[in-house]
Amino acid sequence: MGWLGFERQVAVRFLREGRMQTLLIIVGVAAGVAVIAYISALIAGLQANTLKKTLGAQPHISIQAPDDVVTPAALRAQGTTVLSEVQVRAQRLRTVANWQALIPVLERLPGVAAVSPMVSGSGLALRGEASQAISLQGVDLERFDRIVGLRSKVVSGTARLAPGEAIVGRELAADLGLRVGDRLRVQTTGSSEVVQVTALVDLGVKELNRRTVIVPLRSAQNLLGLPGGATNVDLTVRDVWAAQAIGEQLRRELPYQFETWQESNAQLVSALNAQSISTSLIRAVVLVVVVLGIASVLVVSVVQKQREIGILRAMGATRGQVLRVFLVQGAVVGALGSVLGVGLAWVMVALFTHFVRGADGLPLFNISLPPSLALQVAAVATVCGVLAAIAPARRAAAMDPAQAIRI
Amino acid sequence: MSTQPLIDLKQVHKTYNLGLPNEAEVLHGIDLQVNTGEFIALMGPSGSGKSTLLNIVGLLERMTVGHYQLQGEEMVGLDDAGLTMRRRRLLGFVFQFHHLLPAFTALENVTLPALMAEGRVSDAQRDHAKELLDSVGLSAALNKRPSELSGGMQQRVAIARALVMNPPLVLADEPTGNLDTASSDDVFVLLRRMHAERGTSFVVVTHDPRLGARCDRLVELVDGKISSDEPVTRADASKV
Repeated sequence: MGWLGFERQVAVRFLREGRMQTLLIIVGVAAGVAVIAYISALIAGLQANTLKKTLGAQPHISIQAPDDVVTPAALRAQGTTVLSEVQVRAQRLRTVANWQALIPVLERLPGVAAVSPMVSGSGLALRGEASQAISLQGVDLERFDRIVGLRSKVVSGTARLAPGEAIVGRELAADLGLRVGDRLRVQTTGSSEVVQVTALVDLGVKELNRRTVIVPLRSAQNLLGLPGGATNVDLTVRDVWAAQAIGEQLRRELPYQFETWQESNAQLVSALNAQSISTSLIRAVVLVVVVLGIASVLVVSVVQKQREIGILRAMGATRGQVLRVFLVQGAVVGALGSVLGVGLAWVMVALFTHFVRGADGLPLFNISLPPSLALQVAAVATVCGVLAAIAPARRAAAMDPAQAIRI
Repeated sequence: MSTQPLIDLKQVHKTYNLGLPNEAEVLHGIDLQVNTGEFIALMGPSGSGKSTLLNIVGLLERMTVGHYQLQGEEMVGLDDAGLTMRRRRLLGFVFQFHHLLPAFTALENVTLPALMAEGRVSDAQRDHAKELLDSVGLSAALNKRPSELSGGMQQRVAIARALVMNPPLVLADEPTGNLDTASSDDVFVLLRRMHAERGTSFVVVTHDPRLGARCDRLVELVDGKISSDEPVTRADASKV
């Protein structure tokens, strides 16, 4: 009760006295807070959804053998200049050297959630008279599932990869007229094998669904002529945004090629960054408007309350007390506006979830207002309320009491 | 027994807009002593410097040149915080336009100085405020807002507020200037009663010679100088 008792009481009474003015500015702050909270929740939901969709079907970091390079015919002698034209070598399918030993090393790295070897190459899928160019992927199903969550993407059948079995993309199955249990021939440049379809999957991207055939690691090694090999080792990390840093670290320490999801999706990353920057800009502009709104109302209030300020000063209120009376008013307006605004944002989020739906009748993506975000926005708005009050409060505190009373 | 005056002003000058083309000196060397327990009327025509002098005595304005001792302590040279603390402790104010805070009830207006000083109002302080409001005849209006009270009643609340911290000196600037004759008499009688009951010193600025004649001492200011400073006799009082 004692702490800021005088300032609190006077501030609240001043606000109650200017009822309409106070109400309007609180609603204004609430609108600002609601926009900030809603936009933050919306963009967070949108980005999480985009990332989930994009990264759901690909590793966060992919490791491959270094490219074959052309070895110079002769050492360059000192003091000579060699003019040469080098044709870049065609890159054959190569295995990541020593990949079996590499896997436990990678698994021990902090931040790494899963590691999966893969043999991938191109081939043809044949059924009857139909044929389709495919991307053949040989995997260890358990490990691969932890990278892309394959089992959750099954639309028909049961994901299983015993020798002679395959999992096929949904569109490819449609193109070849395949159903679960049917057989198809997989052909590569050097070999071919008949496999039975155990499951159809939807990887989230049509083009991937049209090309993907997943077989056991060993089958792919045989089909692609890489016995005992793995063309890539894929990693999933716990925090997707840490992938780049982990990739850099690996690049420094190990003699392989590393590609992070940020590098393979550079456009997406820059789009997400642009989106984040735009959101920050909108939030900043709204905050500035909120601050100006609170400040303008308090400036008017200082003018209106000149006489009262004078009498308070005559009675012995210090400059600090008068200053704090107005700072508290800013804080109260900010806090009340925040509470109302967070409530409003919550309603907007609920409306979005309820009414905005895709063609399939399902919500477009998950959007929620976590308490931490609500608290953060409310705290920022309250602090802004105090900041907005600084200039008017200083003006009130600097008022000459004799002059203020005379008015 | 100490003979030190409560207020001791020496050669007080006040110049507005010092150094500017419109510089104007409104007080020209005022010497004034007020003893504890006195009830003084400060009179004079408009523009004679009464209010300026009262503001200087009330530590609301600084003099340009001169000395001012309040309860024996020199006020010249104190910073704003020092002056504020002495206003809070030693002075009560009653203004012409009542100057109550409209958002607070009568009782809250009277307890405001305590709230200001300590951040809270104790039960004892609230009781004291109620007693004061009772003694000014407002026990039925404790929870009324100033807008619900007549001018005379508002001024009584202001008087109670000026006295609540038991200051040794109350300064009143035209306390009846905004009231009709009957209310004006009531308020003045109340001021005198408070003076008699509590021994508080009063300096009252007034235009009204009838009220001036009912004070103990009459100081007249003309053109920023004291033109007369005399005790009021019974004969003076009966003339008006």
